[in-house]
Amino acid sequence: MSEKRKPRVGLFVTCLVDTFRPSVGLATVKLLELAGCKVEVPEKQTCCAQPAFNSGDSKSTRKIATNVIKMFEQYDYVVVPSGSCAAMIKIHYPELFTEGSGFRTRADELADKTYELVSFLSDVMKLKDTGAQFGRKVTYHDSCSGLRELKIHKQPRALLSKVDGLHLEEMADADVCCGFGGTFCVKYPDISNDMVTKKAANVTNSGAEVLLAGDLGCLLNIAGKLQREGSEIEIRHIAEVLAGETHIPAIGETDQ
Amino acid sequence: MANPRGPILSGDQDVRDALLTKIRRTQATDKLDAKRRQAVQERLSNHPRNIVPKRSDGNVDHKVALFTKLMTAADATVEEVSMPSQIPRAVAEFLRAHNLPQRIRFGKDPALTGLAWDQTPSLEVSDGRARVSDETSMGRAFAAVAESGTLVMTSGQDNPTTLNFLPENHVVVVEANRIWGSYEDVWDEIRHHYGDTVMPRTVNLISGPSRTGDIEQRLELGAHGPKRLHIIILNSASKAGSPKE
Amino acid sequence: MESTSRKFSSNAREALGDSQLQRALSNVPSGFVNKRAKAAAALPEFEDLRDKGRDIKNHVLEHLDLYLEAYERRVIEAGGHVHWAASAADAQRIITEICQAHGAKTVTKGKSMISEEAGINAALERAGITPIETDLGEYIVQMRGETPSHLIAPAVHLNKDQIEADFRRVHDHLPKDRVLEEPASLVREAREVLRSKYLAADIGITGANFLIAETGTSVIVTNEGNGDLTQNLPKVHIALASIEKIVPTLEDASTLIRLLARSATGQEISTYTTFSTGPRRLGDLDGPNEYHVVLLDNGRSDMIGTEFQDMLRCIRCGACLNHCPVYQAVGGHAYGWVYSGPMGSVLTPSLIGVDEAGHLPNASTFCGRCEEVCPMRIPLPKMMRHWREREFEKHLTAKSIRSGLKVWNWFVARPELYHRVSGLAAKFIKARAGKRGRVSNLPFAGGWTKHRDLPSPQGKTFQAIWKERQKNG
Ligand code: SF4
Repeated sequence: MSEKRKPRVGLFVTCLVDTFRPSVGLATVKLLELAGCKVEVPEKQTCCAQPAFNSGDSKSTRKIATNVIKMFEQYDYVVVPSGSCAAMIKIHYPELFTEGSGFRTRADELADKTYELVSFLSDVMKLKDTGAQFGRKVTYHDSCSGLRELKIHKQPRALLSKVDGLHLEEMADADVCCGFGGTFCVKYPDISNDMVTKKAANVTNSGAEVLLAGDLGCLLNIAGKLQREGSEIEIRHIAEVLAGETHIPAIGETDQ
Repeated sequence: MANPRGPILSGDQDVRDALLTKIRRTQATDKLDAKRRQAVQERLSNHPRNIVPKRSDGNVDHKVALFTKLMTAADATVEEVSMPSQIPRAVAEFLRAHNLPQRIRFGKDPALTGLAWDQTPSLEVSDGRARVSDETSMGRAFAAVAESGTLVMTSGQDNPTTLNFLPENHVVVVEANRIWGSYEDVWDEIRHHYGDTVMPRTVNLISGPSRTGDIEQRLELGAHGPKRLHIIILNSASKAGSPKE
Repeated sequence: MESTSRKFSSNAREALGDSQLQRALSNVPSGFVNKRAKAAAALPEFEDLRDKGRDIKNHVLEHLDLYLEAYERRVIEAGGHVHWAASAADAQRIITEICQAHGAKTVTKGKSMISEEAGINAALERAGITPIETDLGEYIVQMRGETPSHLIAPAVHLNKDQIEADFRRVHDHLPKDRVLEEPASLVREAREVLRSKYLAADIGITGANFLIAETGTSVIVTNEGNGDLTQNLPKVHIALASIEKIVPTLEDASTLIRLLARSATGQEISTYTTFSTGPRRLGDLDGPNEYHVVLLDNGRSDMIGTEFQDMLRCIRCGACLNHCPVYQAVGGHAYGWVYSGPMGSVLTPSLIGVDEAGHLPNASTFCGRCEEVCPMRIPLPKMMRHWREREFEKHLTAKSIRSGLKVWNWFVARPELYHRVSGLAAKFIKARAGKRGRVSNLPFAGGWTKHRDLPSPQGKTFQAIWKERQKNG
């Protein structure tokens, strides 16, 4: 494929990946390039506005969304290594603007070309196999927005099934919320704790050695719980496994 | 109609008018009003069918089989007979099998009162509404629905409603050709039988014996209504119920 | 009913620490979730029926005034009486007056959420009339002086042992040494005790799942058959229903019936679905002599034409409660008023005010499981968000959230500064985490670290790494 015909992808890296786990961003870039994309990262990007949106602050939400639209509408695609941030742009941005308005049209257009990473690789780039190798028993948590707003369920499983040596063991209630919910986990810490405790138990009971998911928020939450409980289970973003970037320490671990 | 007493209360009228006016204001302008009225009128008089599940499509055999399967799954028992004359013995047999007294009550339905009860002399039959002391009652279904395994009982002196609920054991006769595919089929039958927009005082859709899951989600039968529901399908084409003589 | 919704957080904490309650709630997922999934999968038309159900109710809400009029006309034609109640107080007054006109001493009651909402039992008691709940779950919560904790399983918060203790306490006329080991023996005892109550009752009060405009019919749905004994044995039947229960035709009711039981309990249809039209007819051997319908508004007409109108499609199936991880964690009573779970989180603020019930729409992760299973396709998370918007506008949002958000939004609008600060935060937390790779407590993050560790950032931000990479080409 000539350089010119490669689709230009704007990477929306998300604030959590940016601050907590840049390796997920790098794995994302690697996967996108493997799939034949040219990746660019607008440097002024910050947050997708979920905190404001979910707190009912529609004015600030609209302001932030307007900036994101302006920054990303130049690309062929916008790819996000998170179901919930992708859903924010894909599902909720259009709802912020009145029908028929200029920004509504621009939000609709952006929504049409915005994807969560794994579904983009499978559904748009038709990538079947990332050529990675990972000889471990893993389980996969479906994060809520990805699963229910973007209907991501088969794609990660299909790509994981091609990872050399990997064995997927489904946990019970893989589709039930882990209790993160953005500000929810600090507003209602006890309920959130109950939910993540149940999730951690399901992860443990699956017998898997590694937990994977597509959203860093959920992963930090579940990792924090499992590790507080003294669990040895390794926790990673799915992009790291698909990209073969599993030599770096897993979430909440160091190589020291 | 019994007891045509006027409303005992006054003053609701103002509430009514205020409420209707308020709703109307949110929904209608004067121009729209005629259109809205027409839409409502048409829907009420045409009562169009929505989506009717296909699972009950098929001939009588299919409907009988589906009805039986679903009723059985809902903890009722079902048997088929091919002639009305077999019904009294089937009833007596049901009572015997469950160690129940040979006593049964039904309404004034000629299809039940006219059965050959003299064939089962030890079986005591009486008619009327249900009494608390009744252990077993009997009724004849107006129709049934194959789609969900459901009996349709209509009220009246032929089949008083209390018989459907008060006794612990309930035997119901339904003719195979009265087992329709869907609820919608039955509504058309009721309209045909009672007249458009007229319903019997009570129509009971019954799908199995009474049950509750209110204690720890564990299913228990016979919560308030019958603990046992036995259905006798009168099916002249039935092989299963061919005469035993 | 007095609300404790303001205390949702502490209600929830108490509920989480209540081991009896937690044991009882653990029955919810296995009892309901799997059965619903099976029933939905067994009917190929199920998803289309959901669309239809939504459309039917939307059509009704757009023409509600006309359908109410049509319905009223048919009830009167059939010999029934229609009463209009604007408020709970109106409904209480109307029902009490009917009871008094008949010199009623006891009334039996079928399960009805609207009766809970309107406080009918308390009103009857004030008038010296004894209300007796007949649905087993309702009967149990009534004898405990509690309210139902679930739309269709009122006693889902209780275990068998607790119920046994209540039966022994209240049914003190029965032998003390009787065996009540199994749920079956409790069910039998309730059946026998309630039998005489049905027969003695002067009036039976039920709710209504649907009111059919075409025929002037009220419909109740039960599994126990208690509603039928309630409405058939006494001389008078009163059906209390809120105005949005109207459906146009028998066909429309059929569509909703196909959705209701499958969504609620996973049954094909509930055991008893009863259509009642007017009082007993000439020649009838049983049935009530009088039939009254009380139509209650109680704030619903205020929802029409607002962003909360969709909530009026609710058919009270309880699926959203059953599938809600928050409901599963804390149960129904924590919500502090009649309705709980996602539907309660949307409806309660409409009915008792968002300043009273403001917690409820906030106590959600927006996981979307409720909307996924709601047979009427009510966008529950979206409506909870609408409540949050109203709270934000009215400055009801918690101060800490508001000011935190302000700071965050300020940074988000200033990318250079944002990146500098996130870079610092990454370094700071990593330093604190040290060799462990995670921190167990962190200033300003107590809500998080009270229950879990915070995994450490890797140290550099993605933006910083990317910049270097671009520079080094
Ligand atoms: S909101 Fe939907 S799921 Fe919840 S009770 Fe109402 S109809 Fe059922």
